[in-house]
Amino acid sequence: MAHDDLSGKDITAVSSAGVSHETAAPGTAVIPSETFENPGFPAHRPRVTDTDPKAEKKAERQVYTFFYLSIVGSIFAIASYMAFPIEDGDTGALRLHTMMLGIGIVLALFGLGFGAVHWSKSLMANHEGIDQRHPVRGSEETRARAVEIFKQANEESGFGRRTLVRNTLLGALVAFPLPAVVLFRGWGPQNENPVEMLEHTFWKKGARLTLDPSGLPIKASDVTLGSAFHVIPEGLNESEHRLEEKAKAAVLLMRLDPSKLKESAERTGWSYDGIVAYSKICTHVGCPVALYEQQTHHLLCPCHQSTFDVTEECKVIFGPAKRALPQLPIAVDGEGYLIAQSDFHEPVGPSFWERSSS
Amino acid sequence: MSTVTTPDTAPAPAPTQTSSQRSSTSRFTEAAANYIDERTSISGVVKEFGRKIFPDHWSFMLGEVALYSFVVILLTGTFLTFFFQASMAEVVYNGSYVPLKGVEMSTAMSSTLNISFDVRGGLLIRQIHHWAALTFIAAIGIHMLRIYFTGAFRKPRELNWVIGFILFILALAEGFTGYSLPDDLLSGNGLRIIDGLIKGLPVVGTWISFLLFGGEFPGTDIVGRLYSLHILLLPAILAVMLALHLVFVVVHKHTQWSGPGQTKDNVVGSPILPMFAAKAGGFFFIVFGVIALMGTFFTINPIWNYGPYDPSPVSAGTQPDWYIGFADGALRLIPPGLEFELWDRTWSFNIIIPVLILTGLIVAVLVYPFIEAWITGDKREHHLLDRPRNAPTRTAIGVAGVLFYAALWGAASSDLIATHFQLSIEGVIHVNQALLILGPIVGYLVTKRVCLALQKKDREIALHGFESGRIVRLPGGEYIEVHQPVDEYERWKLVDYNDYQPLMIRPNAQGKITSVQRLRAGMSRWFFEDRIAPVSPKEIERGGHH
Ligand code: HEM
Ligand code: FES
Repeated sequence: MAHDDLSGKDITAVSSAGVSHETAAPGTAVIPSETFENPGFPAHRPRVTDTDPKAEKKAERQVYTFFYLSIVGSIFAIASYMAFPIEDGDTGALRLHTMMLGIGIVLALFGLGFGAVHWSKSLMANHEGIDQRHPVRGSEETRARAVEIFKQANEESGFGRRTLVRNTLLGALVAFPLPAVVLFRGWGPQNENPVEMLEHTFWKKGARLTLDPSGLPIKASDVTLGSAFHVIPEGLNESEHRLEEKAKAAVLLMRLDPSKLKESAERTGWSYDGIVAYSKICTHVGCPVALYEQQTHHLLCPCHQSTFDVTEECKVIFGPAKRALPQLPIAVDGEGYLIAQSDFHEPVGPSFWERSSS
Repeated sequence: MSTVTTPDTAPAPAPTQTSSQRSSTSRFTEAAANYIDERTSISGVVKEFGRKIFPDHWSFMLGEVALYSFVVILLTGTFLTFFFQASMAEVVYNGSYVPLKGVEMSTAMSSTLNISFDVRGGLLIRQIHHWAALTFIAAIGIHMLRIYFTGAFRKPRELNWVIGFILFILALAEGFTGYSLPDDLLSGNGLRIIDGLIKGLPVVGTWISFLLFGGEFPGTDIVGRLYSLHILLLPAILAVMLALHLVFVVVHKHTQWSGPGQTKDNVVGSPILPMFAAKAGGFFFIVFGVIALMGTFFTINPIWNYGPYDPSPVSAGTQPDWYIGFADGALRLIPPGLEFELWDRTWSFNIIIPVLILTGLIVAVLVYPFIEAWITGDKREHHLLDRPRNAPTRTAIGVAGVLFYAALWGAASSDLIATHFQLSIEGVIHVNQALLILGPIVGYLVTKRVCLALQKKDREIALHGFESGRIVRLPGGEYIEVHQPVDEYERWKLVDYNDYQPLMIRPNAQGKITSVQRLRAGMSRWFFEDRIAPVSPKEIERGGHH
């Protein structure tokens, strides 16, 4: 009966025929009572290079030829480095330089590699070597001695006896890395709260909608039916935190047939004559939702294929995102340019823990 | 210690030889060796390890490929550090690449462009570095599969499996941090996804993102921080883990296949000096050469085509490097609508669930050796590898895992698949979702059947020999195919394997059966119910005469 010594006394494996020769438990392994004999090594077969001196000489020649080639490769690489400059900024020259240098280096490496392997395979003695294995666990004496040493150390230090000394030591060891953890607070700016920052963008009442990246303002009359524009708020390019602001404020502007737009009551007046503006930052994990299908009025996020329906206030119709893209309420100023009525009414971009619609 | 079957042929230097007869080189070698040994006792190391035996099999070289590509990474990466500037300060590009002249970008991006266009050999080294990284990760992955499917993780090697697995995770982290350094459009978009992913985690997400990016995304800190990780912290941990990994290989000695003369108590192969050293050393240069060849001829990560990072533009078909694909795929395959507001907080299960699934996958791989050991209850050391067919359930689980991973990975290219084959994106995603669930199940069942069939075939061959292809007509008019018996060397490979039976539950001393026992017995039944025992000598005796 094989006995299991981990979960103990009560589980018994099915009886395995025969007896194990090992001290360690074989668990549920079947130890057959009679087995085949290992037939031992088959006869060693000599290679051609072992028997034919001519073949041996030839192999030797091949090996040093490889090594010679390697030297040639290295020299070729150095020569190419000098002979093929790239400074004139021509991509053809760059390609040639990279190729010639690379070929030299590859030749140097392959010469060494194939030479050494060929040498080992054809010329070095290839008789089989055998090592004996020993159990990984230490011998009984070694283990006994180790236990004895620990006991003695315990005795001499009183580690087990002086419990208060031991416990305070452990406590101190646990506490001492904690300041290092606190120091990581310094990774983010002090006195700033990420939640507040996520709730506002660069848009504000009256800010003109401008083209990304040029920053030129957009006239409502320029937005023809069916067109789409990539938009940023005016002044964003000059802002100190251009990329951080852009990562929240990027907007897509589209003009649809007004009869196609289904607008909810609380959003009346957010669009202008079929022109609508929606956040371009995906509500999944924040990629720019950059693909507009004019026929279907769908916006597609290239990252994980969330799809938003512009006619239905950009609600999600496919993919992992859950929330609709936030809408930017727009209007037209006295000169006919598109402006924002306000900032977004909810945080844009990926969800975060503290976000709530109430 | 190693013994060699044939005596060493190299004659020891005859004691009668006088120093004047010896060549000056040999005198110099001797003096140098003596000098060093008197200061390091290196002779002991040579005595201990010089003739250590390494078994030879192509699949044992996968770990070597990983090791050698890591060396290539270190060499080329060090070169890159001399030119790369990990700063996100804005500059106007003014290098040799004309299309980007005058464009505002980060210093990181512009220095990477300089490496590519203005430093001689820079593009080559950069490309070799990236190809080496890809080779490194691929080699680790395949190496890990080899360990799994041959059962090389069993006692005493479980801890080395854990170390190896940590190496794999570190390699992924190295790859991702490195990929993000140039601060180009694609890598910046990858970071944006990471940012969104972190923000979606409950309770801590917003703050972790805030700290990691030093404020709002993208901020001006992240490249510098990733740089510290990429060239200092991660490589240092990696190198230590790698050293530990190799120390364990030496302590345990390498596993080997069962074969004539190869037993669980020995290691058969070539000695380190000279054979193994020459072969492995040569192989290092070949691996290096292949990687350099790829770096020479195949463009990789042409950041000049992508341009600097900007949160607004992005092109269709954006993809991370392939080894991150499985995580990206998990994000794509999650069914829609899984985000809720509860108690005034946002619960993004569309992020939490994929993260949990990936964590579960990782943990499952990590603890597999311990689970299998618990099920078998086998406490013996195992130094002979299993042929995958001889452990059908393990092999089937492995195939299921690989298919699960493959479905996630394939999903990361769902848009490319859709546009390439003119399919609807919804269709591709739904097929992928089905594959994620069904693929592993079907793969498991088929693999198990195939393994059992192969085992049966092995039994047939061991008992009755090979089909020789020679058809003979018997006097009675009946046709039979002549079977050629296998010799004892061949047969040995077919019969020498571990066989397990399911565990039976018995009540314990109190007459009770605990639920842990039930679980274990159930698992054991699952593992070993379908089993095909190896041929025994008795069967051959009986089978031989008919
Ligand atoms: C150990 C695994 C490593 C992996 C998997 C890895 C991977 C990568 C990858 C994928 C890149 C992007 C390359 C590109 O620009 O296309 C990269 C860049 C870089 N790596 Fe590594 N790397 C590793 C180790 C190292 C080490 C040890 C160093 C330095 C000692 C290093 C230094 C660099 C530098 C400076 C860059 C940025 C330069 C540039 O992008 O041109 N890497 N790495
Ligand atoms: S970021 Fe848009 S779908 Fe994931």
